[in-house]
Amino acid sequence: MNAIIGYYSTKFGELWQMSLDDLIDEAVSQVLKKTKLQKEQIDAIFFGNMLGGVVEENLLIAAHIAEKLEVNIPIYPVEAACASGGLAFQMAHEYLKSNSNKTVVVLGAEKMTDVSAENITKALSCAASSEEQAVGLTFPGVYGMIANLYLQKYHYKEEHLAAISVKNHAHGVFNENAHFRKYVTVDDVLESPYVAYPLKVLDSSPISDGAAALVLTNQKSKISNQKSSFILSSEVATDSVSIAKRERLDELKATKIAGEKAFKTANLKRQDIRVMEVHDCFSIAEILALEDLGFWKKGEGGAHAKAMSTASSSGGHLIVNTSGGLKAAGHPVGGTGIKQIGEVHLQLTGQAGDRQVKGAKYGLAHNVGGSGGLTVVSSLGS
Amino acid sequence: MVGIVSYGFYIPKYRIKLDDIASAWDKCGEKVEKSLKIEEKAVAGVDEDVLTMAYEAAALALEKKHEIKKKIGAVFMGSETFPYAVKPVSTSLASWLSLSNNYLAYDTQFACKAATGAIISSYAMVKSQDVEYALVAASDKANARPQDALEYSAGSGANAWVLGREKVALEIVDWSSYSSDTPDFWRRAKSNYPSHAGRFTGGPAYFTHISESAKQLLKKTTTVPSDFTYVVFHMPNGSFPLKIAKSLGFTYEQLALSYVVPYLGNSYSASALMGLVSVLEKIKPGETIFFASYGSGAGSDSIIFKATKHIDAVRQSFKSSIKQKKYINYATYLRYMGSILM
Repeated sequence: MNAIIGYYSTKFGELWQMSLDDLIDEAVSQVLKKTKLQKEQIDAIFFGNMLGGVVEENLLIAAHIAEKLEVNIPIYPVEAACASGGLAFQMAHEYLKSNSNKTVVVLGAEKMTDVSAENITKALSCAASSEEQAVGLTFPGVYGMIANLYLQKYHYKEEHLAAISVKNHAHGVFNENAHFRKYVTVDDVLESPYVAYPLKVLDSSPISDGAAALVLTNQKSKISNQKSSFILSSEVATDSVSIAKRERLDELKATKIAGEKAFKTANLKRQDIRVMEVHDCFSIAEILALEDLGFWKKGEGGAHAKAMSTASSSGGHLIVNTSGGLKAAGHPVGGTGIKQIGEVHLQLTGQAGDRQVKGAKYGLAHNVGGSGGLTVVSSLGS
Repeated sequence: MVGIVSYGFYIPKYRIKLDDIASAWDKCGEKVEKSLKIEEKAVAGVDEDVLTMAYEAAALALEKKHEIKKKIGAVFMGSETFPYAVKPVSTSLASWLSLSNNYLAYDTQFACKAATGAIISSYAMVKSQDVEYALVAASDKANARPQDALEYSAGSGANAWVLGREKVALEIVDWSSYSSDTPDFWRRAKSNYPSHAGRFTGGPAYFTHISESAKQLLKKTTTVPSDFTYVVFHMPNGSFPLKIAKSLGFTYEQLALSYVVPYLGNSYSASALMGLVSVLEKIKPGETIFFASYGSGAGSDSIIFKATKHIDAVRQSFKSSIKQKKYINYATYLRYMGSILM
């Protein structure tokens, strides 16, 4: 069985002193140090990154990494917008399934704060449909439309959305690598400026720099030497890039398909899951994720969100986004999918420190590209 | 002893409230004021510029000082909003003030510390007796791109400083400077408005440079923050000087008298020096000032001053003089700043 034997994350945030190369270097060297592995023991690297080619003008990123790390092994760059990290992980898992006795690094990194907010928003919009980009629809715009429809259809208010940010910020306080480590209130969220109605600044994940890396292996000797978690499933599903061509706006079909497959492959039930990292790029996205993954009935997510039933302080069975989610931990897009799996790994191996959830045996990570054009759902067991 | 023998200042009478700027862009004025800790800012009129304001300040500094005028051997003018790309303003200033023609003149630019560097250079020239007196003017009619966050703080004002060796009112005890290639704020040639890198102007720029410059000077002079009666920092907004004072170990009481940004805004190269002007209104002989400017790009000049028995003779009334003001609306503000192009 494929296992995760090590995880390292840089701090997420405005890391002005660090380039994409620096982030990659820190994440890889530190994860190898943690697992006491030499780079010669790594058979391949899978690298999730979205904007290196657009913002940093770095194509053939594999060679950049090879130069930096002084290796000549296969390096597979993976681009799937905000799901680049999750898809890199899924591909590494597939690689290990078909290649015995291998150890690989799965890396996700993004450098976003060296350009203006306008330019990074434009670059991110490259992952939307060409027609929708052309009329000026940005990702905040897309999720704003989704949120507006959801609130109207199921009779919720903006405060129902705000509760997601309040919960995730409270979790982020305990994550030493989080972009924001401060509490926010429902009023703070409601009083923050609108980005795209009804979403406000504090409904939205930030623009962050950061990198995260995992070591995956199917070598039994390496698994037994480390605090390991096991990959039970990692499934990917795709959908139309254009939101106009989707069957409905209040669900992400790719999440539903990938989620069902992930549970089936792992032979898990919803109630087995104790910890879960979901893709809360905007507050509405976490509500849709819990519904589309089958934890909440469609349309009831707003009420569950307001009750904060998935907060670590709730005493509930399912705790969501202990890392702080994208909202508080930050969202370096290529790094997010790796951080999510890394967080679940920490929880399942008892290494999550002050944010440790007791009795976590199974966990899930949910990573979305674009507004649902691609989703990766992965499950881990201790 | 070398130091300031006379000084003057000029603040235009026009003011605009931050609430009026915020309203023009559908922002909540209360939140902007709370965030920046600025209520209103001084604005130069349509017929005022860097030179006219510098002249007003320098004329006040040299009022009834005809004996000094002809002995000024250096004239330096610091600004980041010079009216000319090529042509010195310092020579116009000297001419308007009827100085001699035997002076070294140049205009200096280093964002908001354009003049404090010139003060340090002047100090050295006076100390070495290459010149008897030096005049340094700091003046800015600071503009900002409409709707840019800078628009709330960029203000107007000028001050002027005469350095000499006789009847020194404010001794320059020692100085230190810290600089690095840090592009936090800039205006490219032929650009009408400056650009800035948002929050990058804080931690790696303002705070790092002032902190390093200040610590270096404290170490050099074997002093600690509590040794000083007053402290003055550059004031790009109302929040930064409070934070840097606290982080270096100065109290609000030491800072309070120089903290003029809430009602004047940031007059760029004249900003920190305007805080010094405010302190000089009250300082007593023997009292000391720890001063640190900041210029984007980036650098910080720290200077320790000490008031002498001659301070009373040159003291200027500051607070009462700036009470004369006239409020303008946002449209008038844009017109005065030359932001409306016909």
